[in-house]
Amino acid sequence: MSEVSLVVNGRRVGGTVEDRTLLVHFLREHVGLTGTHVGCDTSQCGACVVHVDGKAVKSCTMLAAQASGSTVVTIEGLADGAELHPVQAAFKEHHGLQCGFCTPGMIMTATDMIRRHPEGLDEATVREELEGNICRCTGYHNIVKAILAASKTMARSKGKAASKAKKAA
Amino acid sequence: MYQVNYHRASSVAEAAKLAKSGDAQFLSGGMTLIPAMKARLAAPSDLVDLAHIAELKGIKVSGKTVTIGAATTHFEVANDEKLKKVAPAVAHLAGLIGDPAVRHRGTIGGSISNNDPAADYPAALLALGATIATNKREIAADKFFKGLFETALKDGEIVTSITFTAPAKAAYEKFRNPASRYAMTGVFVAKGKDGVRVAVTGAGDDGVFRSKEIETALTKKFDASALDGLQLSPADLMSDMHASAEYRAHLIVVMAKRAVSAANA
Repeated sequence: MSEVSLVVNGRRVGGTVEDRTLLVHFLREHVGLTGTHVGCDTSQCGACVVHVDGKAVKSCTMLAAQASGSTVVTIEGLADGAELHPVQAAFKEHHGLQCGFCTPGMIMTATDMIRRHPEGLDEATVREELEGNICRCTGYHNIVKAILAASKTMARSKGKAASKAKKAA
Repeated sequence: MYQVNYHRASSVAEAAKLAKSGDAQFLSGGMTLIPAMKARLAAPSDLVDLAHIAELKGIKVSGKTVTIGAATTHFEVANDEKLKKVAPAVAHLAGLIGDPAVRHRGTIGGSISNNDPAADYPAALLALGATIATNKREIAADKFFKGLFETALKDGEIVTSITFTAPAKAAYEKFRNPASRYAMTGVFVAKGKDGVRVAVTGAGDDGVFRSKEIETALTKKFDASALDGLQLSPADLMSDMHASAEYRAHLIVVMAKRAVSAANA
């Protein structure tokens, strides 16, 4: 058994788990955050993507013990109260989901992708970056549309915040 | 997954000590080992996690000499600015492994220690004539890769870093399996201080190998046209549900041509 201690969505959580416990099972069954899904369970589909220390990883292919000491963000940690995260809002606006099963992983991958491409995204890059996330409903078009839109919105609000800060200074 | 005991090492010396418990296996990014354990294809009694060992991380470039710590992730290799300048082919290769989430976890040391016959890094290391440092010795890439999932590593031996001299010209071209993204055939071409070296992954029946025929042709003329009409024997090549040995023999030449053109571009 392992003692694990992590910060999940800003809250310290911990416990004693079997060493073989996967991070995704720890999140779902011990912390009660069931937004992170187990799809293929073979690190192909990306339904289980969460951020560990700021990077998108497949939580079905990592032990909870490996993540001990880390900071984890799941789909439940993105929204600011009742206000959706810009990527969540864009998926809603652009109909980037149908059944919704892959959506938490898609959104966690998308936020990581947008963070790593501050210069902006184009369609080819988004499609390539989505290599590890599978959706069986949408045909991806609206997911790509949503990510491109969110990337623009986030760049705009960042620009606004920067010019505000400039003015204030 | 069967029961396992997890240990986190904070130094190479501690990891070597911990590895003596039971039937232990080293764990780095875990991108192959954990899926194998979940499928019960691997069942170590103990896991020794190397991912938190600071001395195994980072990329150093001094002149033409590149040293990559074993626990450096594919993401870090793909995005290292200094490496991109001296050996862009290696950074490019790292960016072709798996998907972004896999690249965030998987490491170069883990990949070469596993020596999957379709992995990308073995081709680069063999073509670059890299040296693999362990906690016990230094091993030339020519002696390191021994066959399918087999390396020169002894029990309890830990890869600590990989060193190579940046080649004058190099490129890697990979024909990806459309489902797994592993190389159905990948060819790394390098022209450096030891002449032209060409390594092929994903195609050999016995893992990564050097193609003497392509090396000879490219030594005469380092241009894709030097490979026109070259036919490789399908003997010793892999045949599986994805591709026959004959198809792979053809793909090797096609990938090699593309790699030479990319290296010259």
